[in-house]
Amino acid sequence: MSKVTNVKFAGLGGQGILTCTDILGRVVFDLGNDVKKAEVHGMSQRGGSITSDLRFGDKVLSPMISAGQADYLVVLGEDQIEPNQHFMKAGGVLVKPSDFDAGRLSNKRTLNVALLGALSKHMEFSVEQWMSAIRQLFPERLVDVNEKAFHLGRGDSA
Amino acid sequence: MSSERKLMSGNEAVALGAKHAGCALGVGYPGTPSTEILENYSKLEGCKAQWSPNEKVALEVGIGVAFAGTRTIVTMKHVGVNVAADPLFTVAYTGVTGGMVLAVADDPGMASSQNEQDSRNYARAAGVPMFEPADSQEAYDMTKLAFEISERWSQPVFLRLCTRVCHSKTIVAASDSKEVPLADYVRDIKGRVMIPAYARPAHKRLRAKLAEIEEWNCTEGPNPIIGSGNKLGIIANGVAALHAQEADPDARVMKLGMVYPLPIKSILNFIDSVDDCVIIEEGDPFIQTEVQAAGGRVRPRMERYRYGELDVMRVKRIIAGDDTEEPAPPRGKPPQLCDGCPHRNSFQMLKNVGCTISGDIGCYTLSVLPPFETMDTCICMGGSIGIGLGMRHVLPEEQARKIVSVIGDGTFMHSGLTGVAEMVYNRPKYGHVIVILDNGTTAMTGLQEHPGTGRKLDHQPAEKTVSLEGTCEAMGVDKVLIFDPAREMEAFEQATKDALASNDLTVIIARRPCILAIVRDAKIGRGEKVR
Repeated sequence: MSKVTNVKFAGLGGQGILTCTDILGRVVFDLGNDVKKAEVHGMSQRGGSITSDLRFGDKVLSPMISAGQADYLVVLGEDQIEPNQHFMKAGGVLVKPSDFDAGRLSNKRTLNVALLGALSKHMEFSVEQWMSAIRQLFPERLVDVNEKAFHLGRGDSA
Repeated sequence: MSSERKLMSGNEAVALGAKHAGCALGVGYPGTPSTEILENYSKLEGCKAQWSPNEKVALEVGIGVAFAGTRTIVTMKHVGVNVAADPLFTVAYTGVTGGMVLAVADDPGMASSQNEQDSRNYARAAGVPMFEPADSQEAYDMTKLAFEISERWSQPVFLRLCTRVCHSKTIVAASDSKEVPLADYVRDIKGRVMIPAYARPAHKRLRAKLAEIEEWNCTEGPNPIIGSGNKLGIIANGVAALHAQEADPDARVMKLGMVYPLPIKSILNFIDSVDDCVIIEEGDPFIQTEVQAAGGRVRPRMERYRYGELDVMRVKRIIAGDDTEEPAPPRGKPPQLCDGCPHRNSFQMLKNVGCTISGDIGCYTLSVLPPFETMDTCICMGGSIGIGLGMRHVLPEEQARKIVSVIGDGTFMHSGLTGVAEMVYNRPKYGHVIVILDNGTTAMTGLQEHPGTGRKLDHQPAEKTVSLEGTCEAMGVDKVLIFDPAREMEAFEQATKDALASNDLTVIIARRPCILAIVRDAKIGRGEKVR
């Protein structure tokens, strides 16, 4: 079977997990990949733990990432590492808020997009492809602050 | 075709499929994970959708649309079918004129439900054909196919979804669109009035149609066989079939898209074509039971896999016959009432007063968890009132006087009204107290409107608002009181104590808007898109 890349996002309801999964989903969709994104919401809206799975490649079957299969685990808080690290593949990449100076974010609600910036360093997609997805998914007044957050997470000099 | 390629959730795909099938009206009741079907449908050009007070009423409205000769989609979650079961079993007898698709979303693993009942049992029990898509493309295609089959046999048809189909986004290529048929009433008394004399032949007609549909499912049904190996055969339905294909790429997979009536002849032929056959299905052993009853030689599934969702790893274990203990996943943080939620004050007060709470379904069910741990019972929508009354009738006075039924405004509209009628009619000796937590929305499922909010599904003003206090007073409740749980806690607490000490029937409405709804409404006010 052709290679499928598995990215798992984990955090608490309300932190913007679904939005950042949608952005990566848009990047890989625009590049012509098969994409599946699975999430659970409902009760999880009330501040509980929430995860979202994004899988892409030539052909994706199951929408869910099983234990030990995540190439990347992106956590919105360090407290989400422990309950989710069993999803990671041996040699998988963990992306977390301490990878960059999250204190420098002008709006703390953009932490999710800053984490995508940190994730982007490990992936082959161009900055322009990420920006295109951000522009498609945010209302205009929020594009600028999220682009800045992305660059902060990526470690680009401001 | 690729120009139409879109990434969409299963719920969005069902909505688009209904539009393209020429649906005239969408009706339903919100329930995770089904809610976004109607919300998305109502945003499509020319599509009209409305929330009903509960699932039974939604299905009845749908039946009316279909009797009038045009097409309807009715949506609900699995436990909603329990509420709608009364009309369901008899519309299976009468059949329909226009196409009627009942989309029902199951929640294996209970991400947001009180049980994990398997709706396929309703298909068999009521005699209603059922399709089950595995991803968004199939959700789109099968919604259209379900309308076709519904009209071809004049029968209502189920579309069974599950959390991972409803809320997963996968790629969809949409195609052509059909015209909405004009409604036109044609009388058919013997076909639609189910007195026993007319129902007896109707039952026989139903069984004859189901036999024809089973034959169609064997020859033309959406049940592809994938792979060509002859060692291991897998029979699977819905999203479980995708897990199965991934779990063993060498297996030959029969992917069932219509799960009732099952294509038994085709299944038996498939079993004969392989050395060893397993069935991969989430929930009850539904296919397994039917296949074994027909003499099919399949390996029975271990009981542990009846519980929760499947994924590729669990399916590998089933295939390998691994019945050893599964590793328990680490526990995440449980959901809780939001900071600043007005329900917090109400529960703190009820806890201080020492109430025994007969609870109900909604955000406020979370009060069962720390730090409150105040809720004593929770069974079903509206159940708080009847269950509280039952306890009041038989408990000794000291315990009876502590019982309070706590219900939200949306749940009260859904099925609290008949509870009030019961209370007024069969009055307990020491009276009773109902607290309606009125936050002005159906919060748990994502802030939907209901008859008491004054707004329609699209958040535009309704012609009239059903009043909680007016309804309770008109039904004969002795005292109806209203407090703001943020500003009038002392008076709220005193009134609760007084009500518990008296023999009155009291309804106390704790009225303050949901904090999430305030944020959402501000967005609507700014003309921004809301989820």
